[in-house]
Amino acid sequence: MSKQTLIPVGPYHPLQEEPELFKLYCDGEIVKDVKWETGYNHRGIEKLAEQKSYDEVFFLVERICGICSTSHPFAFANSVEEIVGVEITDRAKYIRSIIGELERIHSHLLWVGLAGHFLGYNTVFMWAWKYREPVLDLFEMITGNRNSYAMFKVGGVRRDIENQKIPAIEEVLSLVKKKTDLLVGAVMDDPVIHARTKGVGILTKQDILDFAAVGPTARASGVDIDVRRDDPYAAYPLVNWKVITAEAGDVFAKAQVRLLEMYESISIIEQCLAGLKKEKEGEVDVLIKHIPEGYGIGRAEAPRGEVFHFVVSDGSNSPARHKIRAPSYTNIATFKKSCVGQSISDATISLAAVDPCYCCTERLAVALDRASGKRIMNAKEIINHSTELTNKLLQHE
Amino acid sequence: MFHFGGASCNNCDIEILACLTPRYDVERFGMLLVGSIRHADVLLVNGSINKKDKPRLLEIYEQAPKPVLVVAIGACGCTGGIFAEGNTFAGPVDKIIPVDAYIPGCPPKPEAILAGIVKLLGKN
Repeated sequence: MSKQTLIPVGPYHPLQEEPELFKLYCDGEIVKDVKWETGYNHRGIEKLAEQKSYDEVFFLVERICGICSTSHPFAFANSVEEIVGVEITDRAKYIRSIIGELERIHSHLLWVGLAGHFLGYNTVFMWAWKYREPVLDLFEMITGNRNSYAMFKVGGVRRDIENQKIPAIEEVLSLVKKKTDLLVGAVMDDPVIHARTKGVGILTKQDILDFAAVGPTARASGVDIDVRRDDPYAAYPLVNWKVITAEAGDVFAKAQVRLLEMYESISIIEQCLAGLKKEKEGEVDVLIKHIPEGYGIGRAEAPRGEVFHFVVSDGSNSPARHKIRAPSYTNIATFKKSCVGQSISDATISLAAVDPCYCCTERLAVALDRASGKRIMNAKEIINHSTELTNKLLQHE
Repeated sequence: MFHFGGASCNNCDIEILACLTPRYDVERFGMLLVGSIRHADVLLVNGSINKKDKPRLLEIYEQAPKPVLVVAIGACGCTGGIFAEGNTFAGPVDKIIPVDAYIPGCPPKPEAILAGIVKLLGKN
């Protein structure tokens, strides 16, 4: 066996905005193996959620990830509403979908920019982020903040989108649509981008199924999954839209899926705005006095894939157990397939192609003995322990 | 400027990146994000600091050419924010390294980040 060189990427690497360590084991220019290390971003969110009331948990799960700061509250709201068994008003459904899709647009624009940056094509980075700003302005107008919108609550949304604001939203949407056309043109017709991304970081359909990858990563490899259609929630069953898929599975296909999804998002928002005009203003909220015992599963399609929240309620004011699974958690595992065998220069874009979100991913805790600092449990024991705990909670009901 | 993202939710990170992009364009004030702390005069720290980040933050601070200005960005950088009660929390930043400026907000707007850093530069 030839000698392998270890190239560390991270944890505080200028390319990545978030802390995460990738170890690329290379033979010459070719990546032979990749390992990653997380934990730089672990904040103990699931444990914190058990100390907070249901209203407060929304602010917490919103801060799991700043980019998908609607999808986590979305999934959490879905799961708690499943426990309560409440149906929210149509107006609240439309508003939820509008916020969710606006977030998808800004997140995909952000990804296109970062992908350009990873390719060394900073013009795309600057353009995409410039055109992302009007979307953030829109958020500021609707919700009062550029990120972390605090719009969701159990039983509806916190604020209404007044009908008088709708024309301003439509104006921004038409601007974003034009700029999307421009970006799609810039990416799809550029021979340099074709050369750098086509046939790079290929994930086959089987790889996706093996790693249980989700979201645009899966859809770019021809796996037709989307929680918005498969497990409908909010206003998605009320509007017309289609799931975008591609077959090639390379970085180019992933870019293609994301760019075309932006058009779908714009179309969904336009239909939701039309729906808003028909509903009565102010009916955005169902009063919920008590959250009964039980458990609920909430799923939502984040820009990166399926967000999964599992909440166990013991009838008190705060969740008894709150389990979160973010899309990047499974998507990051595909690096084992997409990067190995590539040259180092293509590895970075292959890493970026799944739009990894490390702050979503940090879910594992390691039990340490406080005095000696040694590990008390290994991974297997932790899994057994958590299964036991979950069973106990379920029996408790 | 060198950016250290602790255990953050990514919000402050993207707002810092947004400072570089055309709308805010931090370079017009002579500021540039650099790849290594050894080239930096300002250390931007955001996010709550967990047990794994703490020794690394200390090491990065040691490596920085002095004098270095440390800016704590966001509610988590300033106080630990919503994560201060978490079981892995080891911060806030000013308990670990000396901080020259605090920019609160969740996340602070790019304007606030720019204003904070420009004020700090004017003072020194």
